[in-house]
Amino acid sequence: MDDLLAARSQMAMSLAFHIIFAVAGVATPLMMCIAEWRWLRTRDETYLTLAKRWAKGTAILFAVGAVSGTVLSFELGLLWPEFMRWAGAIIGMPFSLEGFAFFTEAIFLGIYLYGWDRVSPLAHLAAGAIVALSGAASAVFVVIANAWMNTPTGFRLIDGKPVDIDPIAAMMNPAALGQTIHMLLAAYAAVGFAVAGIHAFLLLRDRRNIFHRHALAIALAVGGVSAVLQPVSGDLLGQMLARYQPVKLAAMEGQFKTEQGAPLRIGGLPDEESATTPHSIEIPYGLSLLAFHDPKAVVRGLEDFPRDVWPPVAIVHIAFQVMVTAGAAMALVALCAAYMAWRRKSLPDSRWFLRAVVAASPLGLIAIEAGWTVTEVGRQPWIIQGVMRTAQAVTPMTGLKIPFVTFTLIYIFLAAVVVWLLARQVAESPRVYAEPEGADNRGREYAFD
Amino acid sequence: MLSIDALISGAMMVSLTFYALLGGADFGGGVWDLFASGSRKRAQRELIAEAIGPVWEANHVWLILVVVLLFTAFPPAFAGIATALHIPLTLMLIGIVLRGSAFTFRSYDRKTDDVQRRWGRVFSITSLITPVLLGVAVGAISSGRIRGEYSDFAAAFVSPWLAPFPFAVGFFALALFAFLAAVYLTLEARDEALREDFRLRALASAAAVGVMALAVFLLAENGAPVIRHSLTWSWWTWPLQSSTAVFAVGAIYALWARKFRLARICAAAQVALILWGWGAAQYPYLIVPDVTIYNSAAPAITLRLVWWALLAGSALLFPSLYYLFRVFKRGRAT
Ligand code: HDD
Ligand code: HEM
Ligand code: HEM
Repeated sequence: MDDLLAARSQMAMSLAFHIIFAVAGVATPLMMCIAEWRWLRTRDETYLTLAKRWAKGTAILFAVGAVSGTVLSFELGLLWPEFMRWAGAIIGMPFSLEGFAFFTEAIFLGIYLYGWDRVSPLAHLAAGAIVALSGAASAVFVVIANAWMNTPTGFRLIDGKPVDIDPIAAMMNPAALGQTIHMLLAAYAAVGFAVAGIHAFLLLRDRRNIFHRHALAIALAVGGVSAVLQPVSGDLLGQMLARYQPVKLAAMEGQFKTEQGAPLRIGGLPDEESATTPHSIEIPYGLSLLAFHDPKAVVRGLEDFPRDVWPPVAIVHIAFQVMVTAGAAMALVALCAAYMAWRRKSLPDSRWFLRAVVAASPLGLIAIEAGWTVTEVGRQPWIIQGVMRTAQAVTPMTGLKIPFVTFTLIYIFLAAVVVWLLARQVAESPRVYAEPEGADNRGREYAFD
Repeated sequence: MLSIDALISGAMMVSLTFYALLGGADFGGGVWDLFASGSRKRAQRELIAEAIGPVWEANHVWLILVVVLLFTAFPPAFAGIATALHIPLTLMLIGIVLRGSAFTFRSYDRKTDDVQRRWGRVFSITSLITPVLLGVAVGAISSGRIRGEYSDFAAAFVSPWLAPFPFAVGFFALALFAFLAAVYLTLEARDEALREDFRLRALASAAAVGVMALAVFLLAENGAPVIRHSLTWSWWTWPLQSSTAVFAVGAIYALWARKFRLARICAAAQVALILWGWGAAQYPYLIVPDVTIYNSAAPAITLRLVWWALLAGSALLFPSLYYLFRVFKRGRAT
């Protein structure tokens, strides 16, 4: 493994790890707040227990998110000093703003977690709301920085150096709005589904437990709404790509030839040697329609671009297929849930529905990892699209395999501990049942366990 | 009129000071966890955990703020430091990761002794190592051994920090943090015996601070000549050093006389003055001897925006911090 590959792998591994905890930091505070707000409204103690339970999980996730994020802010320099030297003045701004979002987030999380009986209930809920807002804000700021790497603006290039820089214009780059919306929705969808899956699983074993019913309802609402909106925002991103990053789009779609009325390819394994994508199902005109909203539009294929600016086509294509498949499945589950809830006027709880929710629970996190693979690998060989190559940005330090392997082992260990601790929390989850409501025809299934 | 470059580096110093006074004390708490002893071992550890719990995540954001300000306002300095100090910074990060996670895992894992002790050990050992590495990095930046030449591995990536001076600074930082923590803990403790435990620890670490300060000053002669020169010859140095000494003696006297609030003020002032003394001696260098705040500053527009962001951010931050500390640190001591 050469040093550049080791640096890329270390960055990718650190980000892939951090993003899981980061999305938890964005979305769980929202769910805690909803539960706590329901408690204040209904005085149903189950909601309070739920808020406290979720807060415990959040505390563990947040701590690991905070330390892995600290690692990332150093890694920008440890691995990519030339990138930071070049771009720090242009995109440091969103990172600086993010710093303040971290402060409010950490401060009010401290109050939320440790302040249950030190501040008034309303102040407590407000602290939670601030945590939720600042979590979303930190995600927005850091994704703005990433969007700038994809569509750099806010400077002029003279002799390879940036002049006339304008950090505000850099923050307003064309990808920023689309990417931040898509990322926020991704966080709510993924965490909502992950949490819903856990409670659905427990409900399957303990059908009348009110605690899990309340939890499932909140998590599904947060995750479901976002999952339904997600394909729409993904489509907006796709159109942005068609204009600003045609190479990435072509790689995502396995589109080698420039074509009028390009088809949408589902599946398949792009082959860079033969410049084809065999074994795919082609939907005629699909891609032109999606990317330009015009079946006759011309989609530029990879052949239009020199070989040395192609990203690894197969990885990008497959990752994109994974994200979209996961997204479609989640949206489907969400729509079914909404339909059944509307029909029954209560939380759907049939066995097969709960099983579907369990099955869908990892999909959001998978889609996030896949989506970032599309974005980051799809931008290669550039670290700043069209401006600086990843190879120019890397540190002159050698032996980078060592930190890569070390951090990988540490993160695997941390992940295992986190899973174990959360599983322990889940196993101890409370048993709360409603007053007997007369004949309950679900009782029989309950006896089943 | 101060130039904007100087203002922003001043803001970085402020941020670093808060990191030392708050985050530093968290590290120090970990050190006392490691050295918990006597019949009140367990009570000492519980007090430390209780004191750190609600605030450590906020306290460590000060370090992140220093880093983002550095790479936004002085990008070449960030690139230079992160390149030459790759090894100690990576080790420090490993310490930060294991320490923060172990602390949290300990709070949420089973309460049986062996499990608690296992996480406690990771937490306390990393609390000992991490500040040393942080100090090593600071010492290396001042030493004049980072030259932006990367052809020879040892000269570029090892010798800038593997030297007596940076390590002396590292152990100085450790002593300071342990001292701060012990002083703060005298105020957190609710029972007399526990307070005495930390009073003795504070006095012992005050002695360690004195020894390390002397060692750093002596080693600076060869290890960091530029810093040593301005610490010896600048007009500000004697007023600064004598007021540092006054606070140092004041802290020891206050501990001796059991005036713990006074001790806290003196200890914090002493540590802050030591940091600002270093900052003044280092001025205008970010990396001695090649990179200054002037030759590495980002374009004016970036600096102006960062300055406004700092002002707006502070308007949000300081009231929130005040609230946090009022909720958790009010009315502890007598
Ligand atoms: C829950 C997660 C999730 C789900 C269900 C989807 N996505 Fe996504 N997608 C992401 C999570 C994500 C992401 C991980 O958050 C990315 C990576 C970068 C970004 O901003 O969002 C992303 C990137 C991303 C990009 C690349 C943007 C770029 O490189 O600049 C496109 C074109 C789409 N998505 C399109 C879609 C479509 C058409 C979906 C239809 C179902 C979809 N996504 C579902
Ligand atoms: C290069 C990329 C990144 C860097 C340098 C970075 C940096 C950081 C840092 C320093 C922290 C710790 C803050 C604290 O102590 O509270 C953090 C936490 C966080 N990050 Fe990242 N991050 C990156 C990528 C991302 C991405 C892609 C997201 C998108 C969702 C994100 C969202 C968050 C959130 C919400 C938190 C706070 C919640 C938590 O700690 O779990 N970050 N990040
Ligand atoms: C929003 C914050 C993010 C920023 C600022 C960011 C920045 C970077 C940088 C500087 C690199 C190294 C240079 C390069 O290879 O182009 C990189 C690579 C990479 N990042 Fe990101 N990233 C972000 C989010 C993510 C997330 C959340 C993931 C999650 C999986 C991710 C996955 C990757 C991968 C896979 C690579 C390696 C690409 C390759 O070399 O083939 N990134 N990123």
